[in-house]
Amino acid sequence: MRVSTGYGPRPASGGFEAASWYFNRISAIGLFFLVILHLIFNHVTTDVSCTSYQLIAIRYANPYWRVYDWLMLTLALLHGMNGLRVVVDDYVGTQVWRVRILWLLIMLTLVLFMIGTVTLITFQPVAGSLGPNCIK
Amino acid sequence: MYKGQSGMFAWLFHRIAGLGILLFLIIHIVDISLLGFGPAVYNEGIALFGTAILRLISLALIAAVFYHSLNGIRIMLIDFVPWCVRYQRSMFWAVMVLTILGFIPVAYFVIGPVFGLHTGNMGSGM
Repeated sequence: MRVSTGYGPRPASGGFEAASWYFNRISAIGLFFLVILHLIFNHVTTDVSCTSYQLIAIRYANPYWRVYDWLMLTLALLHGMNGLRVVVDDYVGTQVWRVRILWLLIMLTLVLFMIGTVTLITFQPVAGSLGPNCIK
Repeated sequence: MYKGQSGMFAWLFHRIAGLGILLFLIIHIVDISLLGFGPAVYNEGIALFGTAILRLISLALIAAVFYHSLNGIRIMLIDFVPWCVRYQRSMFWAVMVLTILGFIPVAYFVIGPVFGLHTGNMGSGM
């Protein structure tokens, strides 16, 4: 007989599902602050048309901006892809297609993560013209 | 099941918003990678994001981010603070109100320039 623990429904059997359930919630805490601040810095404190190459060159001179963006990249990708995995599990009936689509998601996650990480690590502003402050 | 009441819509909007944000994230990772191609190419992409139609689409994204994050907090409260589940319905309405309250000021800055409003943030920020 299962006695109510008083807590809500959560994966009981431990393992991958439980870990991913907790991961989405824990990553959400970090993402909440990272993403809202990101929105403010790129749309409010400066207009989006002013987030030019010039601005990025100035920002990324400070490596902690890169760390900030990389943290967002990693957490958001994993959080989102985990959520997409749940959505796929909800709607894809056949086992064969489920496996194929989930492999596709894994590949997509890896590729996007690589593109993002390489961009953040290797960005060095070009020596010549950095372009205008704001793009009209 | 939630039988078509606020709980079901909370879940549905959360899912739709999440998928929308993920789709944007994929596009965003690619467009930022244009940094590797130099200022001319990258700034062209930025110019695209400054156009009216894309500012409008950005509004949808911003609403999605506010809703998804606030409802996510509601979900975590329900999951981890046992007595909160009793208030799930009022928390949903709180999420809706806070989403609108958070959305309006950001939307002003994003869509203002389209209407010629001087939003005061055209100088290079940080």
